[in-house]
Amino acid sequence: MSIAAALEDVEVDYRGRGRALGPISLTVAEGEIIALVGPSGCGKSTALRLLAGLEPASRGQVRRAAGRGETSVVFQAPTLAPWMSAGANVALPLELAGTPKAEARSQAAEALARVGLAGTEGSRPAQLSGGMAMRASLARALVTRPRLLMLDEPFAALDEITRRTLADDVLALWSQTRPAIVFVTHNVEEAAYMAERIVVLTRGPGRIAGEVRVEAPLPRPPGFRTWPVFTEAAETISALLARGAEAGP
Amino acid sequence: MNRLTDALAPLGLILLLLGAWELACRMTGVPAYFLPPPSQVAVAAVEGLPVLVPAAWNTLSVALVALALAAACALALAILVGLSPLIERAVRPLASALQVTPVVAVAPLILIWAGIDHPERAVIALAVLVAFFPIFSGAVTGLRSADPDLERLFDLYGAGRLQRVLRLRLPAAVPFLMEGLKVGAGLAIIGAVVAEFAAGSGGVRGLAWQILDAGNKLQTDRMIAALVVLAVMGVAVHAGLERLERAGLRWWRGR
Repeated sequence: MSIAAALEDVEVDYRGRGRALGPISLTVAEGEIIALVGPSGCGKSTALRLLAGLEPASRGQVRRAAGRGETSVVFQAPTLAPWMSAGANVALPLELAGTPKAEARSQAAEALARVGLAGTEGSRPAQLSGGMAMRASLARALVTRPRLLMLDEPFAALDEITRRTLADDVLALWSQTRPAIVFVTHNVEEAAYMAERIVVLTRGPGRIAGEVRVEAPLPRPPGFRTWPVFTEAAETISALLARGAEAGP
Repeated sequence: MNRLTDALAPLGLILLLLGAWELACRMTGVPAYFLPPPSQVAVAAVEGLPVLVPAAWNTLSVALVALALAAACALALAILVGLSPLIERAVRPLASALQVTPVVAVAPLILIWAGIDHPERAVIALAVLVAFFPIFSGAVTGLRSADPDLERLFDLYGAGRLQRVLRLRLPAAVPFLMEGLKVGAGLAIIGAVVAEFAAGSGGVRGLAWQILDAGNKLQTDRMIAALVVLAVMGVAVHAGLERLERAGLRWWRGR
């Protein structure tokens, strides 16, 4: 099993705020979907930024197999530049890496089509709905065909129906190119649905409270939310979260 | 109906004040060189129009040239400052000093440097000085206003400094730049007029010169007429820029 990224005894201190995360060790294998679950302020977004190489650790080691341009991040908000069309936003990572503009734009149009937004290249982000903007953000993350895809509470601002459709779509897209996915959320059901391995963090500074494996096919079959595997996993995650919330630092 | 009354309300107030002014002048018999009635000012304005319009254009063109120069300098400096925190630390106190120094106090010096034959250069330089700061500080703030997560994406994709400025920070700064230009334009007109006053009768034939000239001759009606033209010009420029800003913002946001 080759490694996509790993944290080894990592700790993060923020000046003036003290310990934000750790000590924590976590290995992300190639093609694996991991969910990081924890209460607000437990440092799960920090962990994601470490794995993405966006932030240094105060102590410990961060290993990353993915090279430049092979990691993508989707944030809580769509984070699209309002002055650019959806097509230009999605083409941006390619253009910054030096892909010729015409080529980048046509790949962007394909990526938009893959997330179900065919023909919206010319629309501005302000003209898209919340769900559509999130899809465009996902297209931008996928356009570089990353080996490591980071999702930082990507559906938090969306309604339940949009959220569920998007969860299935992300899994379907994952099955095409099989990038490793790290999915940060504070939603227990979402974690159990999206990931094969769920890592539960304690309250901040986050350490690992426990791990849950969901042995079931990915992408999820219809009606998976009623399967005993799913409900049991959700119960276990909730119990771990509750225990992690009691544990003092 | 509502919009009509909204538009008419300021006009009504102006008419009311003018009426009171006219009435007061006629009833008290105050001498016209001290306070001319509005009717006489109107006559002076109409008669002086062939002189006032070129004078207004003179002042306005100076202000616009100054605005363009100030914008170019401010933007260039703001980008430099954005590229290096050290330059920012070096520039900040000087820029603040420039901002708080009254333009009238600097004017005599600039007039000497520009030379007695070129007072118009001094006037432009002084207007630039006044218009510079709001544009500069707007640009500096704007260049920092990009969404931090977008900045992170640029880190992730390995963007270079220049790419970051051109593709992220400058476009993100557009709303701030437009606001700075709007404020700067108003200040450029004020700067131009103040500088004309400081330049005195030295060959700059703008609106301020009209006011000075009429004042020296005790032609109060001409003074007030020139003031009215100045006010109308200011309001028109402000309204025009406000429209431009709104259109620009709509384009920037995409709706």
